[in-house]
Amino acid sequence: MAALTREAAGRLLARQGILVAFAVFMVVFALANPRFIDIGNVAGVIRSSAILGVMALGVTFVVIGGNLDLSVGSMMSFSTIVVLDLHDTLGPALAIPAMFALTLCLGAFIGILVGYLKLNSLIVTLGMLSAIHGLTLMWSGGKNMDIADKAGTWFGIFGRGDVLGIPVPILIFALLAVVLSVVLSRTPFGRKVYAVGGNGTAATFSGVPRARVVFLTYILSAFCVAIAGLMQASRSLGSQNTVGQGMELEVLAAVILGGASLLGGAGTIFKTVIGVLILGFIQNGLLLMGLEFYVQYVVTWVIIILAVWLDIAAKRSRLWSPIA
Amino acid sequence: MAQTTTFTAAAPPDDAPVRKPRSQLVVQGAIWGFVVLELIFFSVAGRFLSNSDTAFLDLDNMLLLLKQSAPIGIIALGMTIVMINGNIDLSVGATFALSAIVLLDSMTWPFMQALGDWAIPLAWIFALATGTALGFVNGLVVWKTGVDAFIVTLGSMLGYRGLVFMYNGEQPTSHLNWTLVDFAEAQFLGLHTATWFLLGTALVLWLVMTRTVHGRNAYAIGNNREAAVNAGIRVGPHFLLNFMLIGFLAALSAVVFYSESGSVNPNDGMLYELWAITAVVLGGTKLAGGYGSIISTLGGVVAIQLLRKGLGYIGADTETVNLVIGLILIAVLFLDRQLNRKGSEELKT
Repeated sequence: MAALTREAAGRLLARQGILVAFAVFMVVFALANPRFIDIGNVAGVIRSSAILGVMALGVTFVVIGGNLDLSVGSMMSFSTIVVLDLHDTLGPALAIPAMFALTLCLGAFIGILVGYLKLNSLIVTLGMLSAIHGLTLMWSGGKNMDIADKAGTWFGIFGRGDVLGIPVPILIFALLAVVLSVVLSRTPFGRKVYAVGGNGTAATFSGVPRARVVFLTYILSAFCVAIAGLMQASRSLGSQNTVGQGMELEVLAAVILGGASLLGGAGTIFKTVIGVLILGFIQNGLLLMGLEFYVQYVVTWVIIILAVWLDIAAKRSRLWSPIA
Repeated sequence: MAQTTTFTAAAPPDDAPVRKPRSQLVVQGAIWGFVVLELIFFSVAGRFLSNSDTAFLDLDNMLLLLKQSAPIGIIALGMTIVMINGNIDLSVGATFALSAIVLLDSMTWPFMQALGDWAIPLAWIFALATGTALGFVNGLVVWKTGVDAFIVTLGSMLGYRGLVFMYNGEQPTSHLNWTLVDFAEAQFLGLHTATWFLLGTALVLWLVMTRTVHGRNAYAIGNNREAAVNAGIRVGPHFLLNFMLIGFLAALSAVVFYSESGSVNPNDGMLYELWAITAVVLGGTKLAGGYGSIISTLGGVVAIQLLRKGLGYIGADTETVNLVIGLILIAVLFLDRQLNRKGSEELKT
């Protein structure tokens, strides 16, 4: 009986471990510093996590489909730079759709390579990380991009605005999370993404158009990146070429923390959101405790490995790996 | 696959426990063909486009190129053996930076300063030990927890970078030792010190991978882990050893580079993992493991450095280098698949 309950506890931890960890974190930080759960602070954390979060939503689809996307960081730099540049030449109303079109083209290119040509996603997106960075530098000529008339544009609304007292980035993040969650869990397309990532061969034999599904996950990822780029550009109204550098790995860390398997077929939007929030709140909590920003790197390291380890340990019901 | 069960060392490389794809010779030689192609292209194009008076194929230019490719090259060689084993290491850039800090900082410790120039070998040992220890942690976690190496090293990439910052905050760590600088700038038989380290590392690793039990087993594990386990190979210790090796090599790379420069920023080494992986993949090593060669990686390293230098030489903006390298990486992947059907099967992660 005792073994049974322990097993049950283990299963609960395996399924909801990330939620438990999140709850424990919040309680500990809140006890350490009451300002931590101040509504203004919480809103601030979610707001600053929103850009990372939006990108993580798209990457969740790619990862569940059994692939990786390391290009989102430099793609985000690209869309930020492009929309800022076009803002002054075309005006904001035209710049935004133009930037979305260009970013989606990049996503489609990756989608064709990985989906239809079946090339390894890690290497393709690694190559694209470098290539898109090159494109960004060529577009900007290596210079920082700034909007000329920062006071006289409505462009800042996506990153700085409020609607009904709620910051717009939070609204965008929440809305997108809800929509994509429905897409992933309630539509045929979502089912197919799980099928392709879970067992690609079986999916193909069941008539799932594997190539098209993978292609669409990259389109979706690029779409999310474009939104993130828009939010970033709108928040700062000016940007360096390297604004998204390194974010691809942070995004991946959030997605993995949320329990999506790198082998594909597992993960949910809700858990990715939790993963994003954990990263954001750790950073904030440690800062409030007066620690330097880089302490979060070490803490994140430990948490990622513990999270994934406990997850797979519960699945194989053994703590240590069977590797001889 | 019966070959994998044998434990005899000293097998010639051609007998490596890999079923040879038909076009292996093409693939193996391809990277060197590409290097030659680059040399010809930049020499010819340079005549018309370059403002510089010296030819691209100038001896000093080439020697410098080899020297400059050493830091990434040494790491890429280590990455090759980890990838042959079916793993990957994303934390090398941070390991590089932390080893560099230990190297420079340890020379300022009071007891080390008392030693005079004898502090140098000791500082090297400290740095190399740091790298090896970080690799040990990665390897042990991969072995004992069974978490995928990609995730483990993605985590430690962040974690080790955090340690780098914790060591000295956001300040650069500097210490210039002129004996060390003289050593790093020395040329022996025309080649720079860094080049000798690169070539020496390549030679040693080539011997390890083709002439030792560890090398054979590493190929076997990467090729088919289950078969290797059934053949009685203990997978874990080989993982551990390879991660320690790449940690050691990341530190060696830091030793080679920072002996000369004498100052390390906490952001140094970022994205090195991506450059190293690019070089390894250009060299034809398969991500899925079980296939790859040290010598081809050396070709990949030289090819990338040639491209960077060459594009600069013909007056292209530095920006285009990233674009070209990224596209070439994808093109290589595509060509490799077209040439090599088995490759395409292996490349499905």
